[in-house]
Amino acid sequence: MKKLKKAEKEKKVSNRELWFTGIFFSLIFLGMIGYYVYYVQENGREMINNSYNTRQHLLTKKNYRGNIYSADGEILAETILQPDGSEIRNYPYEKLFSHVVGFSTKGKTGIEAEVNSYLINSGVSLSTQIENEAAGTKNPGDDAYTSLNVELQRIASKSLGVSKGAIIVSKVKTGEILAMVSKPDFNPNTIVQDWQEYLEDEESSVLLNRATQGIYPPGSTFKIVTSLAYLREHQGNYQDYFYNCIGSYRYEDSKIRCYHGTVHNSVDFITSFAKSCNCSYANMGLGLDRGIYHDTIMDLGFNQPLPVNFNYNQSKLVVDETISGDDMIQISFGQGSVQMTPLHLHLITNAIAAKGTPMKPYLVNKIVSKDGKVIEEFSPKPYKALMTEEEAGTLTMMMEQVVEKGTGSRLKGLSYSAAGKTGSAEYNLVKEDSHAWFTGFAPVEDPEISVTIIVERIGSGGDYAVPIAKRLFDEYFSVN
Amino acid sequence: MQHYIVEFSKYFIALFMIFYTVESFLALRKKREDERNGVYIRQDIYIFLIQFFSYLCMCLKTGQIEYLFFYAFLQIALFSTLVLYQMIYPKNNRLLLNHMCLLLSIGFIMLTRLDFDKAIKQFFIVAAALGASLVIPFFVHKLRFIKHLKWLYGALGITALGIVLVLGQVTHGSKISYTVAGVTIQPSEFVKIIFVFFIASLLYKAATLKEVILSAFMAAIHILILVASKDLGSSLIFFMGYLFMVLIASKNYLYLLAGFVSGGGAAVAGYYLFSHVRVRVQAFLDPFSVIDNQGFQMAQSLFAISNGKWFGTGLFEGTPADIPFVESDFMFSAVAEELGGIFAVCMILVCLNCFLVFLKIAMELEDTFYRLVASGLGVMYIFQIFLTVGGGMKFIPLTGVTLPLVSYGGSSVLTTLIIFAVMQGLFMIYYTEEKQRKKEGKTGNRRGEKTKNYVEEWDEEA
Repeated sequence: MKKLKKAEKEKKVSNRELWFTGIFFSLIFLGMIGYYVYYVQENGREMINNSYNTRQHLLTKKNYRGNIYSADGEILAETILQPDGSEIRNYPYEKLFSHVVGFSTKGKTGIEAEVNSYLINSGVSLSTQIENEAAGTKNPGDDAYTSLNVELQRIASKSLGVSKGAIIVSKVKTGEILAMVSKPDFNPNTIVQDWQEYLEDEESSVLLNRATQGIYPPGSTFKIVTSLAYLREHQGNYQDYFYNCIGSYRYEDSKIRCYHGTVHNSVDFITSFAKSCNCSYANMGLGLDRGIYHDTIMDLGFNQPLPVNFNYNQSKLVVDETISGDDMIQISFGQGSVQMTPLHLHLITNAIAAKGTPMKPYLVNKIVSKDGKVIEEFSPKPYKALMTEEEAGTLTMMMEQVVEKGTGSRLKGLSYSAAGKTGSAEYNLVKEDSHAWFTGFAPVEDPEISVTIIVERIGSGGDYAVPIAKRLFDEYFSVN
Repeated sequence: MQHYIVEFSKYFIALFMIFYTVESFLALRKKREDERNGVYIRQDIYIFLIQFFSYLCMCLKTGQIEYLFFYAFLQIALFSTLVLYQMIYPKNNRLLLNHMCLLLSIGFIMLTRLDFDKAIKQFFIVAAALGASLVIPFFVHKLRFIKHLKWLYGALGITALGIVLVLGQVTHGSKISYTVAGVTIQPSEFVKIIFVFFIASLLYKAATLKEVILSAFMAAIHILILVASKDLGSSLIFFMGYLFMVLIASKNYLYLLAGFVSGGGAAVAGYYLFSHVRVRVQAFLDPFSVIDNQGFQMAQSLFAISNGKWFGTGLFEGTPADIPFVESDFMFSAVAEELGGIFAVCMILVCLNCFLVFLKIAMELEDTFYRLVASGLGVMYIFQIFLTVGGGMKFIPLTGVTLPLVSYGGSSVLTTLIIFAVMQGLFMIYYTEEKQRKKEGKTGNRRGEKTKNYVEEWDEEA
């Protein structure tokens, strides 16, 4: 009887729709709160750097800017307090770290921009802050410790000499950048005075960080990409590839030549790469499936963001079914419409050295307050797989052959083994000297360090870029 | 010393807010009202502590003594509200009463910090509104004929909205208010309540296709007037309130589905028809690319939120006043910046808790009319919070509505206080029903029938 009554009641006033309404909005709110938590966690830092955000002025009124240190504790940027209370930003190494450390006096660039919010925040203890406030002095901003190595940076900068160009050196296993040079450089101590001069000198683009923002034709270093596409299309049977090089290659009305018209005779897949035979790659590229080629360059990150926190440009290349045979030939050895930054090429090299999955490149290891408290530590993080381990293995073997019997022979027979790819990129129709490229890593068996070098308008990669790589490797492995 | 107090207050305030929120949800689970007494008293203590530390900080930071006076008046007003409600309506819903006081307090803390003159102005409005709304539960409880006044509601609502459309002032591109005798009112706020009563009176007897079509037609008139006045936020709130009332009246989920589909279609059409909708969507998708104009407000709101992180900057330590119209449309972001993300999340949860209490009251009521009123007001309330909070954090496009009880604005706060008072009245109806039920339980009568008679008796008396 009682049960019957209960059933009757439920029938009379069913609350199902009210429950539904409650759950419906509760779920929406949980989603919203989840989004909020994620947002605060992820975006907290970057916002402060926006010039529309007045909060940074508030912070710079309270704190003076923190220092930037190299990996071995050398000061790369410091704030000197003047007796009259004003602040001077000093860069003891002057031109040496101009682009990578950047400046903070005329807008913000480089590491100065990347970790600006940390440098203007102060993590010193509350009691110190209160003491400072009572004494009427500002709080010291937190310091940034970078992975930069002064000696490698010095060698890289010296090696470029008066040439324009860029060099990136990084650790394969962590993604830490050890050196990053762009020439021509500038003195950040006098940037305010020199500003107008740099702006007027459009031709040399002094302020551009060529290592991350310079858009270059990659030349033969791009054969790495074409080779990867070929490997994907001809899985397991690249050994069957043969081509007879006569020093030039004709397609319809156009004709391309190997560098300096060298005749390579009969070459297989590996030798084409090691000797950097343009004709063979023209032949190979023309026959490649455009769809697979397109997928390959997308996997490698063309026309897409790179996993870094500093400023850079995206590499650009579009390959689709409509592309002409002529264009395809040019693309296959890195000329024509291919536009690439040294940073991007470096990332691909690191992918090969790290079995397909590179680490995300980064510059800042940790942020430490003036009283020694670690505010934040940035640990190495793997990026996505750009290629399979097997593909990386084959490319490593090919890059080793470049050193053993190809264009990179200046790295042969040393106390460490090296692998890499040279490039000599033509940058305009006039056949002047080309841009010299090299990208590679060492040791081959267990890669530790990788370098990417471009020297503008100087000659072949084998002659001008490979020796720089050797100097950097020598320093890293402490070979005299 | 002063610095330590200011710094530690930040954590205390967050902590009390967490306690308050946790207790609110625990209270929902407890079955009997007398078990919850302790919860309510503790919650009141938390409210007073949050205010104490907030005003202490503000006085220490600024050295402004008038904040102390304001604080004193605020405490008196809140304390008398709690006591008076308790005396006049011993059977009120104290959880709802506490939430009302807490949200008002948060609003006053932030308003004091943002614009003290507005805080004072708001204080007078709230004090008067609290006093006036004290009689509402009584009327809701006693005047049972209100369910028969459907055409009065319809005429009132449509006229009020229509007047704004024709005579209203244009503020920031939309017509939402008009000024009578020096007082600017925003009728769409009050019409919310009338609208809910209207739809409830249309649907409570039966919700067959015939009633639904009639109500849809009437709702469409309201909403179209609001769309024509470019009052996007209100039209969405009316729409959602209507949809869920139809669902609860008809028990047919197809109506809800049809509503969502047609609402989605209308949204797409609105995007192509109205430039002000496109502007909002663009500012939502990428505020930083249009930061110079349409995206400025959104970007500033995001700066505030990200600056606050979890524990906030502390009062007077951030710059929430950089957000245009912060005190009406972006109170959430201001709270998030200075009182912190934890506090802000708790505040949203308290609002959600209010909504669940509304629904709980609806569930316990027998009479469909009151069930519809309670749930309709609840849905409108929670959806408005969703619009303003979600808009401020870039979860959804911005619509520019107030955060009820927290934001500055007389019409908004008065309307919300009326809604809360109506809910108290409905809660008392449930209480009387419950008592009646118990009596019947003793005499062994079949309760369903008896209750029906009881309600009808009331109808006749009225």
